Amino acid sequence: MIAGYDLGGRRAARGRWAVRSGLGILIFWALVAAFAPLIAPYAPSAIDFAAAADPRPSAVHPLGTDLLGRDLLSRLIWGARTTFAVVPLALGAAFVVGIAAGAVAGYFGGWTDAVISRASDVMLAFPALILYVILITARGPSLSNIVIAVTLAYAPGVARLCRAQVLALRGLDYVRAAEARGEPAWSIIIAEILPNARGPLLVDLALRAGYTVILVGTLGFLGLGLPPPTPDWGGMVVEGSGMMAVYWHMALFPCIAISSVVIACNLLADGLREARP
Amino acid sequence: MFVVTEHSPGQVSARILGPYALESQVTLLRGRLGLDDPLLLRYGRWLATLAGMADNRLSDPVIGLGLNDPRGARYFGNLGFSLMQKQPVIDVIGRRIWPTLALTLWSVGIMVPVALVLGVVAGVAEGRVADRVISGATMVLTSLPEFVTGVVLLMVFTGWLRLLPGVSTLDPGDRWSVGAQMVMPVTVLAVASGSYVARIVRASVADTMRRPFVRAARMKGLSQRSVILRHVLRNALIAPVTVILLQINWILTGVVVVESIFAYPGLGALLLQAALFGDLYLVQALTMLALSVAVLTQIAGDLAYRWLDPRIGR
Repeated sequence: MIAGYDLGGRRAARGRWAVRSGLGILIFWALVAAFAPLIAPYAPSAIDFAAAADPRPSAVHPLGTDLLGRDLLSRLIWGARTTFAVVPLALGAAFVVGIAAGAVAGYFGGWTDAVISRASDVMLAFPALILYVILITARGPSLSNIVIAVTLAYAPGVARLCRAQVLALRGLDYVRAAEARGEPAWSIIIAEILPNARGPLLVDLALRAGYTVILVGTLGFLGLGLPPPTPDWGGMVVEGSGMMAVYWHMALFPCIAISSVVIACNLLADGLREARP
Repeated sequence: MFVVTEHSPGQVSARILGPYALESQVTLLRGRLGLDDPLLLRYGRWLATLAGMADNRLSDPVIGLGLNDPRGARYFGNLGFSLMQKQPVIDVIGRRIWPTLALTLWSVGIMVPVALVLGVVAGVAEGRVADRVISGATMVLTSLPEFVTGVVLLMVFTGWLRLLPGVSTLDPGDRWSVGAQMVMPVTVLAVASGSYVARIVRASVADTMRRPFVRAARMKGLSQRSVILRHVLRNALIAPVTVILLQINWILTGVVVVESIFAYPGLGALLLQAALFGDLYLVQALTMLALSVAVLTQIAGDLAYRWLDPRIGR
């Protein structure tokens, strides 16, 4: 038999495994974020002066503390809140704008399509970080600027994908039937077309979730993110990296936290892609 | 982008004068610089200044900002002044561009061949051990943000093994050679983009291997080697070429992060400092530069795709 002939079934099985483990990690972190006040042993900004003298992991502080004596485990747990608030907000905005623009462009075609497609082609060239840097030069760092930058950077890609899906679906019989029944365009798009375009959009959502976690972490690392008292994983890495040679735990644990979320998003994207042929 | 940085004229002149300026000074400067003119007119003026066809009003001695350009107020490539360094933007960029070019060219030069080989090997062996190892490793590596790779490499090679320098200022008088200083920045950048490229190549090769013409070539009795080299790769590498060119977007972001981690004297670290300082002419010039690079490579990607794939109309 030709090598790889029977890959269909095994690929799907691996896909399901990847989806489960990806979802598992994400749900774990989402629960941690949701119940942060209950599970965190200390307040995120509570300072333990005794521990600051020796911040290494101990019985009192299982992951150690940072240089100010703030419990690292508690800050990680509260940091999950920051990540799981900022990332879905920014992604949600990007996808709402992108799907709306893509669906309108694909469904109506003509000059509407031409305008939206050209505009998104131009925007596609903008790296998100560069956009954000421009925004903060003009308006200072803030949550809304993160959301705007992510939306401007990712919506065009989403729109392009959504447009292609809509184009492929809009000629099908059931869409024609809905049109013949006289349903308005917006209801056809929402009720008939988008539900059937969800597969590729979900894969894209998982992928972009990973990018957004990286971006938000990077902003925190560069000191461009939310202001300092907010426990933020990227910010924790940069605070810890100064003392890396002596106290490796300060930078390592937040690094692991961020990476685990991104890996989960990518597992999910890979798995969704492979599980459905 | 010009629209965003200059949308509020009051802020522009306030930024130039700094936090201790009086309100009257801010208003005066606003008038002198023509900041209240319509946006399009100001953009036209910016372009004319850049092309050397108009004076840069900032160097007007009447305004007295103390910003002097040895080339005068009118020359080609006039991008205004860096407020942070009190020097013409063009000089600041000219000094910093070479390290960034070296960094990106080295990483791309190392990343592309390695990623291609890994991707092809994994794609050809889809589902087997080699593929699982390569796929798993590239999946994890592509998930690591540049600052995580950077910090972990620093921990291992600087903090623990003490094999490589922790900062890469490229100072020739440093006790570490310039080559040793380049190793980690180049590696971090190459890993971040290379793992992604390898994944794309793998997916494309694996997909091509399943196509009927590959089976046909096998049935003709061609060896595995010639099937792969002559039939698979030709078809499978079209998509990745565009992806590699589009990687420039990632690399532009990566450069900012990597240069900041290692205190590397390039444009990325400069952009970050300028943004934090509010040095708007420098940010304007640097982001325009980054965008031109991004747009040009995107166009190059489209052209390459057309040229490589005869099915797309010319």
